[in-house]
Amino acid sequence: MKRRDFIQNTFAGVVMPALLNGLSFKAFGNVDDAALGDENILVVVQLSGGNDGLNTVIPIDKYGLYQNARTNIAIPKEKLLTIPQTDTLGLNPGMTSFQTMFKEGKAALIQSVGYPNPNFSHFRATDIWNTATESNVYVNNGWTGRFLAVDNPGFPTGYPNAKYPDPLAIQIGSVVNTALQGPIQSMGMAISNPSSFYNLISNKVESTPNTLAGKELKYLREVATQTNLYANTIKSAAGKVTKQATYPNTGLANQLKIVAQLIGGGLKTKVYYVSIGGFDTHSAQVNTSDTATGSHTNLWKTVSDAIKAFSDDLSGLGVSKKVLGLTYSEFGRRVKSNASVGTDHGAAAPMFMFGDLVNPIVLGKSPDISASPTTNDNVTMQYDFRSVYASILTQWFCLDQSYVDDVLLKDFQPLPLVQVQACGKITANEPITLTEDLISNYPNPFSDSTTLTFTTKGGHTMIQIFDNIGRVISVPVDGEYDAGRHEVVVDTRDFNSGMYFARLQNGEIQQVRRMIK
Amino acid sequence: MTQFYSPTAIQGGIDEYKGEWKTAQISHLLKRTMFGANPDDIAYFQKKTVSQTIDELLASPTPVEPPLNYYDTVDYKDPQGIKFGETWVNAIYGDGTVNSRRRASYKYWWAIQMATQKRSINEKMVLFWHNHFSTEINDVDDARFVYVHNTVLRKYTMGNFKDFVRQITLDPAMLRYLNGRLNTKNAPDENYGRELQELFTLGKGSGSKYTEDDVKAAARVLTGFNINNDRIVYTFNVNNHDTTDKKFSAFYNNTVIKGTNTAAGAEKELDDLLTMIFAVEEVSRHICRKLYQFFVYYDITPTVEKDIIEPLAKIFRDNKYEIKPVLAALFKSQHFYDANVYGSMIKSPLDLVIGTLREFNVAFPSPKDFLQEYYNLFGEMARQGQIMQQDIGDPPNVAGWAAYYQAPMFYGIWVNSDTYPKRNQYTDTFINSGFTKNNKKIQLDVVAFAKKMPTPNEPNKLISDSLEILYKIPVTTELVQQLKKDILLSGQSTDYYWTELWDTMISKPNDTNTLNMVTIRLRNLYKYLMALPEYQLS
Repeated sequence: MKRRDFIQNTFAGVVMPALLNGLSFKAFGNVDDAALGDENILVVVQLSGGNDGLNTVIPIDKYGLYQNARTNIAIPKEKLLTIPQTDTLGLNPGMTSFQTMFKEGKAALIQSVGYPNPNFSHFRATDIWNTATESNVYVNNGWTGRFLAVDNPGFPTGYPNAKYPDPLAIQIGSVVNTALQGPIQSMGMAISNPSSFYNLISNKVESTPNTLAGKELKYLREVATQTNLYANTIKSAAGKVTKQATYPNTGLANQLKIVAQLIGGGLKTKVYYVSIGGFDTHSAQVNTSDTATGSHTNLWKTVSDAIKAFSDDLSGLGVSKKVLGLTYSEFGRRVKSNASVGTDHGAAAPMFMFGDLVNPIVLGKSPDISASPTTNDNVTMQYDFRSVYASILTQWFCLDQSYVDDVLLKDFQPLPLVQVQACGKITANEPITLTEDLISNYPNPFSDSTTLTFTTKGGHTMIQIFDNIGRVISVPVDGEYDAGRHEVVVDTRDFNSGMYFARLQNGEIQQVRRMIK
Repeated sequence: MTQFYSPTAIQGGIDEYKGEWKTAQISHLLKRTMFGANPDDIAYFQKKTVSQTIDELLASPTPVEPPLNYYDTVDYKDPQGIKFGETWVNAIYGDGTVNSRRRASYKYWWAIQMATQKRSINEKMVLFWHNHFSTEINDVDDARFVYVHNTVLRKYTMGNFKDFVRQITLDPAMLRYLNGRLNTKNAPDENYGRELQELFTLGKGSGSKYTEDDVKAAARVLTGFNINNDRIVYTFNVNNHDTTDKKFSAFYNNTVIKGTNTAAGAEKELDDLLTMIFAVEEVSRHICRKLYQFFVYYDITPTVEKDIIEPLAKIFRDNKYEIKPVLAALFKSQHFYDANVYGSMIKSPLDLVIGTLREFNVAFPSPKDFLQEYYNLFGEMARQGQIMQQDIGDPPNVAGWAAYYQAPMFYGIWVNSDTYPKRNQYTDTFINSGFTKNNKKIQLDVVAFAKKMPTPNEPNKLISDSLEILYKIPVTTELVQQLKKDILLSGQSTDYYWTELWDTMISKPNDTNTLNMVTIRLRNLYKYLMALPEYQLS
């Protein structure tokens, strides 16, 4: 049985060791014990609806093109928030808290994160991000679930135990994210009721109707609470934290406050998921009287204020070095705004990371924007989201690369997103500044063929050519190359006329070149 | 009997119910009288009146096919030559190995009967009587005996209770289970004579005042019966029969049953004994109370005793202990349809296990082509009931399952920190991966279930219509909105996204991607609904 097949098969419990390529779990456990990342915690913030990346991170270096593509929603240049990492971009005016975190070296930004052949359905795109698959591959388990299953293949049988006394993962909210679904069982703590979790911490009892059924329901709920094997550890962790920083009174902030309380109380849970909705901004995403304000700006104020409060709280609780955060959304939005003062479903978008040990860089260039944009134009991916996941797995959870390939179902290049101390692994702490163009083509525009010239630092090098909605049209380069400049001629007779993007990927270096036929 | 007063009393007496006849009432009736309320059955009965519905549920049952040899394999053949696919009920005993396989066949067969029930109360009544005239396969041992016993339960589900007791008294499995076969004039065994009065007819209520001497006298009446193990029928040996007269207490009006010394005489003595017992009105009350606690609610308040039990008991007596008129009156009564009854019962394990698979119309492999897998998959259902503490065919003792009688917990006994997680694991597994035997899988088809809802493309309606079938207790609108948003809309606030997704699935039936997206979300939705405590209420 191929390893990939195995992961897709929920019945694979009995052949679990195959996942680990013949290595025993014990051997892996030893690696894990020695790893520095044993106490490291990941907090994932899901932004539901598809965040408009171009109004989150605005390309100052392409401001004219940006304004031209978004006449009705472009945010005035002077309202943008600048960060010390680069002067090529500005943040949405709502993100003052994030601006501070960039200044403090506690935030990172990865430009244009996506995947080939993007899907524009909320449902499917959400599943792709959570399951971490190719857009045409379906599995019913998720990336954090598979990660947790590497060391906990038999969960939940025999849990909690001495080594894992606490839930492996907690979803704040009613339904455990698909990302936490392991090959066999959900690795996330099932919170059987939206309010039960809060009740557990605050000792509140949910009201029941004054009927005979209500009487039985009350009894069943009591049994359910007793049955929750983790109720006591969660309660006691929460009880240890009596003083927390001030949070804004928003849903997201309240979720993160509980996460901080549990981490501060010593819960060893490795992964938390929180979420906020409202990013599906088809209309009225800005106030037309002042485009620096409006619903999208408010969302980012909510998100960045909540994360800043969370970060400050973790520092006050003395646990901030244990926590790495990540934001993601199922897709970005179209380059060109629509007539309803909004934006429609799109492709790649920026991702943020935060934490004391994040590598505080801006990775990637501003997205490409056409001078005469069409409604179909999308932000082309520079980085595959699974490269971000791979970086977290290797640099934060200190997972060996061979396991990372299993968790992500394919090998993805890690990016330098976490500081060296986290796992003792060498990652670049300095931002990679890519001033030179590593990929170009001639002629451009082209007709029957064009010659791609690219520079690689050696090793595996790939060039994918996407059309303007992100579909992979051709992969002219995919293999081992010596360091230096190379050329490849691409036969473009079958290309329809229009815009194309050649994406160079060479280790952590990923760059995009716009081409026209 | 001890009384347990509840927050609010159930309203209404046994006068005929004339109110609304919608999903709420029908699903309540079906959840109580069948295993689960199947959406097709609800739709079917919506076209009938209350009275027509009850009459149909109480119609005489159709005979069932006996259990089969599903257990022959390449390495094992039934030593008595019963071929794969044939019934073993008329075979000779054989040995312990084949008997244990037949016992499994019997249990799995019983799960099949429950799961493939017609629109009838019959299977619930078989379970009721199994709990009432409790026997244990573990004790009786011989699979053929318990099958014969089962046919007696089935013959009388809605028949004449007095005749029923008579046949149970001489039933080979019962003669074994309560030692009737060992009850002789020189060594009387009081076991059956006691349970006949204490459990099967009079009960232990305040109206039941038989004495220890009455137990002894009844035992003496029943001396001399035994079993023919080959033909599985009772026998009588006059040498073991106590031929003296049997005197009963003042509670039985000092009745004297004349001693006899023939087989016919002994059977006449049994008839006299039953006539004497059935002359006590308490018998009718005891059975009506048990029916009430099994089908309606455990708490028999003085009001319930006066307004429900008394009139039902009178109907029972007036109809010479025919069971059907009592059931008809109960299920047509205003009391039964009082909203306070809905959801007031914690599902028994079998109600949960069989009810879930029936509400979701789970498709099993065809027994014609996959008999072994068919039996084994139902065996898994029986095993699920067993690990949740209701092992069909093996109640804990002669009193039946404690949840049906033990004050003050009653149904609450089913649920504890061991069994509650198993209930959740059962529904989780049934949705996530299903159960598999030899590559044949049964799984809840959540999409098919949703398709039975009137407007599944409207997320609010989909959830509320599903809840109307799955739950008998209202939930907050906050919960519904949250489930809609978090699950069906993947965090979006526009209902249209679900509508579009569902409509695409319908208009493009071959588009597996869309089907996958719908399936993932519906699995999460129904898994969630079935994991909440509300799903445990019937």
